Amino acid sequence: MARIDLDHIRHSYLSSPKTDADFALKEVHHQWDDGGAYALLGPSGCGKTTLLNVISGLVHPSRGRILFDGKDVTALTPEQRNIAQVFQFPVIYDTMTVFDNLAFPLRNRRFAEDEVKRKVTETLEMIDLSDLADKKARGLTADQKQKISLGRGLVRSDVNAILFDEPLTVIDPHMKWVLRSQLKQLHKRFGHTMVYVTHDQTEALTFADKVMVMYEGEIVQIGTPSELFERPSHTFVGYFIGSPGMNVFPVALDSDTARLGSQTIDLPGSVTTEKGAKTELGVRPEYVQLGRAGLPITIHAVEDIGRHKIVRARLEGLDLAAIVPEHGEIPADPHITFDPKGINIYANSWRQDLRGRPWTETGTTRPGF
Amino acid sequence: MLELDGITRVVGAHIHISDVSLKLERGTLNVLLGPTLSGKTSLMRLMAGLDKPTHGRLTFDGVDVTGVPPQKRDIAMVFQQFINYPTMTVYENIASPMRVAGADRKTIDDAVQNAAELMKLTPYLQRTPLNLSGGQQQRCALARAIVKNAGLVLLDEPLANLDYKLREELRAELPRIFAEAGTIFVYATTEPSEALLLGGNTATLSEGRITQFGKTIDVFRQPRDLITAQTFSDPPLNTIAMRKMGTSFQIEGGFDFTVPPHFGSIADGAYVIGFQPHHLSLTRASAPSAAIKATVTAMEITGSESFVHLRYADARWVMLTPGVHDFDVDAQIEVFLDPQLLLVFDSQGRSVTNAHPSAAQEALHGTN
Amino acid sequence: MDRNWNNKAWFLVLPMLVLVAFSAIIPLMTVVNYSVQDTFGNNQFFWAGLEWFEEVLHSNRFWQALGRNLIFSGIILAIEVPLGILIALNMPKKGVGVAVCLVLMSLPLLIPWNVVGTIWQVFGRVDIGLLGYALASLGIDYNYVQDPFDAWVTVVLMDVWHWTSLVVLLCYAGLVSIPDAYYQAAKIDGASRWSVFRFIQLPKMQRVLLIAVLLRFMDSFMIYTEPFVVTGGGPGNSTTFLSIDLVKIAIGQFDLGPAAAMSLIYFLIVLLMSWVFYTVMTNLGQGDQR
Repeated sequence: MARIDLDHIRHSYLSSPKTDADFALKEVHHQWDDGGAYALLGPSGCGKTTLLNVISGLVHPSRGRILFDGKDVTALTPEQRNIAQVFQFPVIYDTMTVFDNLAFPLRNRRFAEDEVKRKVTETLEMIDLSDLADKKARGLTADQKQKISLGRGLVRSDVNAILFDEPLTVIDPHMKWVLRSQLKQLHKRFGHTMVYVTHDQTEALTFADKVMVMYEGEIVQIGTPSELFERPSHTFVGYFIGSPGMNVFPVALDSDTARLGSQTIDLPGSVTTEKGAKTELGVRPEYVQLGRAGLPITIHAVEDIGRHKIVRARLEGLDLAAIVPEHGEIPADPHITFDPKGINIYANSWRQDLRGRPWTETGTTRPGF
Repeated sequence: MLELDGITRVVGAHIHISDVSLKLERGTLNVLLGPTLSGKTSLMRLMAGLDKPTHGRLTFDGVDVTGVPPQKRDIAMVFQQFINYPTMTVYENIASPMRVAGADRKTIDDAVQNAAELMKLTPYLQRTPLNLSGGQQQRCALARAIVKNAGLVLLDEPLANLDYKLREELRAELPRIFAEAGTIFVYATTEPSEALLLGGNTATLSEGRITQFGKTIDVFRQPRDLITAQTFSDPPLNTIAMRKMGTSFQIEGGFDFTVPPHFGSIADGAYVIGFQPHHLSLTRASAPSAAIKATVTAMEITGSESFVHLRYADARWVMLTPGVHDFDVDAQIEVFLDPQLLLVFDSQGRSVTNAHPSAAQEALHGTN
Repeated sequence: MDRNWNNKAWFLVLPMLVLVAFSAIIPLMTVVNYSVQDTFGNNQFFWAGLEWFEEVLHSNRFWQALGRNLIFSGIILAIEVPLGILIALNMPKKGVGVAVCLVLMSLPLLIPWNVVGTIWQVFGRVDIGLLGYALASLGIDYNYVQDPFDAWVTVVLMDVWHWTSLVVLLCYAGLVSIPDAYYQAAKIDGASRWSVFRFIQLPKMQRVLLIAVLLRFMDSFMIYTEPFVVTGGGPGNSTTFLSIDLVKIAIGQFDLGPAAAMSLIYFLIVLLMSWVFYTVMTNLGQGDQR
């Protein structure tokens, strides 16, 4: 287990990158605590897998250093870094038994056979595969194979970190719940530093203490799940997290009010922005309240998805989504109000603090660029 | 209309599809929902004519098509993998089914432009598929299926290999596209939430059998049996054994409910109750709710909601509750459950809730 | 396997069926016919029963030739399979190198058997051949016309040169189908180069290796053209393989009966050996499935 420092990491797959656009990873400078559970969340091509491979040593960064517990490991191989990685598609050694699969990394490191046996048995217990120890790994189901991949990491109790690259892609929804909560319990019990890469917000938010949202090679926000949800620091985070994503409307700001078309919305605090900046108001569908008073909307679709309903409507000609509880009613002449708690103001896509907001804002980390 | 009549398919000693009868109307979207290996793909292959049923009949608009090979059926299919002609441009890919059918240039161009517009592919028409992102490639495959204007369009987990956010966007668009096309759509998925977002009708599959078929939201709210309820819930349905004694539902481990009126007529005896994760709450929402003491086994926070994994007696439950809560693992907490919201299954797993569906519905709406 | 049978498909297969009938089934039946009869010319045939089979099976000449065949195939497999795997492992996986290597590898395969024979025949000649002359000037006494050992070396070298590429290409196809994640996982698990080969590459190559071994066995067991062109079966009988002997008996001596019996035995041996290879190698695979 180790603290991981990413020291001004940049990476390009081109041999002589010139412009910023040539970099798959623009600049990542951050410290990850020992024993933390982190998620890298973003759409495909955002650089999250590149960053993961930089940490594991499968990719050597073009610029910058990576340190484990203060020791520079930039030049070391994956094996020397002593990390474990679980891939998108389960990697198992087909011809070996489940037991031998788990023993493989230990035998490669010349552990004594009785110690191998002890550790493997212990790990099999941990991942609930003791019954299958003597079976050939080839015939197992996807989730069992993925557990073996995980087990090969856990079996080395001294690993610096366990890295996950979209590990639940091939797993059925019901099994995902089981694996996710097992992973969570393992993390709580053994305190490995874990880094989890995914494009699935539910997986990222439920797994991690801290989620880093990546977009076009940069980390746009690092925060706890509730920070990302309540106070997205970039409109991309607002869009990417939450289903449906945040409603974002172009508005004209005047201190503590925002003008949206012909409507005026009171803000919970005042804000000043640079002249000429693109100003927007963001509010999540969860904070849009349907009622008989407020801003008038026209509803064009209601999606009943069981535990709640998604109302698709238009406000001043702009698309709007609102969430209504399972048995909530939809008025005939619908109006909406925004819960002041859920109002965010953006200038040039970055979130602005509202002065005089009646509650405190803590812990929102915006990475320095 | 596509009609499956007692379709069974046996391969060697394995029953892939067991006695499936279904009627799919034109202009409908039909979701096949079930876990991997439940028979979704097998059933689609039978509908497409890629496989032949061991028993049973398949009719299309009243015409028996059981032995007709796929190329002679009026179908289009989209797979989980993005399948396009790699050397053709997107335009040519979308146009290909019409070229085969021998349509004239003008008709083809109109149809392709139209489909590209629908699938937001207009800027990419002159590129080849391998230069596109996964989402664009799959939209190209979908556009081709739509242009073909087939009577039956089969979609086998078409969004499974796409990014979460893209999936969400396409899911929102697809029902609209389906509604415009006016053909029979069959859509296979493993995800209950996808079925709910798509709407339409849903057939739940388990071990090669269709356990229920009906309007998606009805199947979700009023599952006919325990297997259907379990198939159609994500997070998994919470269950526990229950004994009905006179006017009370007694739950193992201690708590009990007063029998809600719509269950009044069921006989005394052993049952299983099921309830959705979002029906457990941290506060008493209604007077008849029972308080249950359970142990926290894990916490998951999504930002707006929390999943609390619980252990109660031998059962493992998940509670989905709004807001951010962080309970310690192994903490004892009190959660509430409204008996009006229960699903009750008899010893054979059949739902007894449906005995009085109208009463159940009224009871549900009465809670607001 | 109850897919939809399209009966029209038979019409498409028909030309091939006719071709196979004329090129394989009818000649084979003719051979069977010859093998049980005797003739003294004039197209008159007499029933001979299994006499020819007994004669062939009791002749030293047959057993010696068969022995040479087995040794030859053994040597060929022992060299070409490991060498092919080794080359495939060292071929580039991406970049322009891939195309260059693939073209280079395919070149020998494009050359007809008799041309290969002729090339090597000239190549190895002491008077005008590059190889023969070079060896001779290095003081090595090399002469494939007189020395049986040299003749064998030449024939083996020639086959290795001609056919190793096939094994390489098949193995390469197997190797490139292995996802990168496997190699990455192995690196992280601290696997040695040998472990990567033994537990990842070899299992994934198993199917193509089976095909490679079968093809190379059948082909080397039936070798004819190259030794015929280069050594003509000599010196003495040292490179007289079954096929060459067969032609000698049938065309040279015109003993149709023994030749037919011999070819049937030859055919059965190839069939039997191929079956043995096939079952052994697929069973190896099955064993892993458990």
